[in-house]
Amino acid sequence: MKRIVTLETRDLNKSVKTGGCGECQTSCQSACKTSCGVANQACEKESK
Amino acid sequence: MKGFNMIHQYKLNGYNIVLDIFSGSVHLVDEVAYDIIAMFKSHSFEEITKKISKKHSVSEAEIAECLEDIKELEKSGKLFSEDTFKEIAKNYRRENIAVKALCLHVAHICNLNCSYCFASQGKYHGDRAIMSLETGKRAIDFLIENSQNHKNLDVDFFGGEPLMNWDVVKEIVAYAREQEKIHNKNIRFTLTTNGVLLDDEVIEFCNREMHNVVLSLDGRKEVHDRFRKDYNGAGSYDKILPNFKKFVEKRGNKSYYMRGTFTHHNTDFLTDILHMADMGFTELSMEPVVCPPGDPCALTEEDLPTLFDQYEKLAIEMIKRKKAGNGFTFYHYMIDLTGGPCIYKRVAGCGSGTEYMAVTPWGELFPCHQFVGNDEYSMGNIYDGVTNTALRDKFASCNAYTRPDCENCWAKLYCAGGCSANAFNATGDIKGVYKYGCELFKKRIECALMMKIALNEE
Repeated sequence: MKRIVTLETRDLNKSVKTGGCGECQTSCQSACKTSCGVANQACEKESK
Repeated sequence: MKGFNMIHQYKLNGYNIVLDIFSGSVHLVDEVAYDIIAMFKSHSFEEITKKISKKHSVSEAEIAECLEDIKELEKSGKLFSEDTFKEIAKNYRRENIAVKALCLHVAHICNLNCSYCFASQGKYHGDRAIMSLETGKRAIDFLIENSQNHKNLDVDFFGGEPLMNWDVVKEIVAYAREQEKIHNKNIRFTLTTNGVLLDDEVIEFCNREMHNVVLSLDGRKEVHDRFRKDYNGAGSYDKILPNFKKFVEKRGNKSYYMRGTFTHHNTDFLTDILHMADMGFTELSMEPVVCPPGDPCALTEEDLPTLFDQYEKLAIEMIKRKKAGNGFTFYHYMIDLTGGPCIYKRVAGCGSGTEYMAVTPWGELFPCHQFVGNDEYSMGNIYDGVTNTALRDKFASCNAYTRPDCENCWAKLYCAGGCSANAFNATGDIKGVYKYGCELFKKRIECALMMKIALNEE
């Protein structure tokens, strides 16, 4: 596309079927302890 | 207006960025496409063509081509995606009540006397206390018993200052290592420390056993020493810095964070982050202070434009350094667009009071470390389990769709509904909204996405 560049991203709609295993780190258990961000959490499902 | 709540458009550092909120797609567009996308759902193609021709020097054929591209993106689910996640958000915590993370308050004592501490110098508005080994072991048992089929479990040694109860920390780790083998679990430990007691023996143990270590440093000496003083009133910077340097030198590739707090007194916190980076620390985090409004160190409305500017400058500086080969990580700018969290993680809230709880030195359970000391938020204990199930249900119902203010927010799939403790502190209700925090959060996500685009261009 001439005017639009699309970055490669995980399709959130598709993750409805593949996600939800809950093996990822709990959100606050890292560096912040005083806010909530989930975007920086790595997915830890063994087979995505 | 249809389409209005489906995308987020913004301009930053010379980039025109379009985020498709519900698919998570990120697009870099030129000025023409930026304006067309803004009108796509609210104007007819004839109206768009007329307006764009007037504003930009492009032919009707070029506009038609761009419109076709946008239609194609919409068809492929990368633009104007519908929101279909509300039910997932509502049900996920209700159906998943396993516990998978505990914050162990091994010491409600501290060897520093930081006046801005949300934990009131480690005592959490109560008495000084330390956790016994027996309580620590029972906490590990409680975690494993309630973890259902989850393999990865997290345990954070927190305080106060956890190194003031170091022997118990080591013995809890030893016990947990035995138990994880028996029960086929993988327990990951984190230690949060002010660094005063960080000696060779602690470093060696942490590098062997701790998945992550959080080191508290606020930045420049004068900034750090303003609050982080010992009980004689002396700043701790000169004492802890050599310890942190030695720790990081020996840490290798294992995870750590140098975590600072900024306040109203250092709204130029970028200088503090760069101070850490220039000393060779590469894994950095800097958090806005948590304190009551009106406190001298509380951030104000007037501070906001400065803070936004600092976040933008930080992102630009990080791009520059990354390209020059001396990059560093900033916790809030870490976004993994391809391998990041699934939709369940993104909508289900932070997990406090459900999958995550704090354990006091005497074994009482609270929804998270920030609620410790508030008796109304006591959930039970590690011996009898969660007895205040009404409170657990209330926390389980907190998600990205709970709060009316989040309804039209483009960032809700990045914060999962935000921090319940922040909401409580700001409004008196865990289902309230800490609007100030939201403004900072949204700015950080805009910066993080911009950085992805800038570095993707390489």
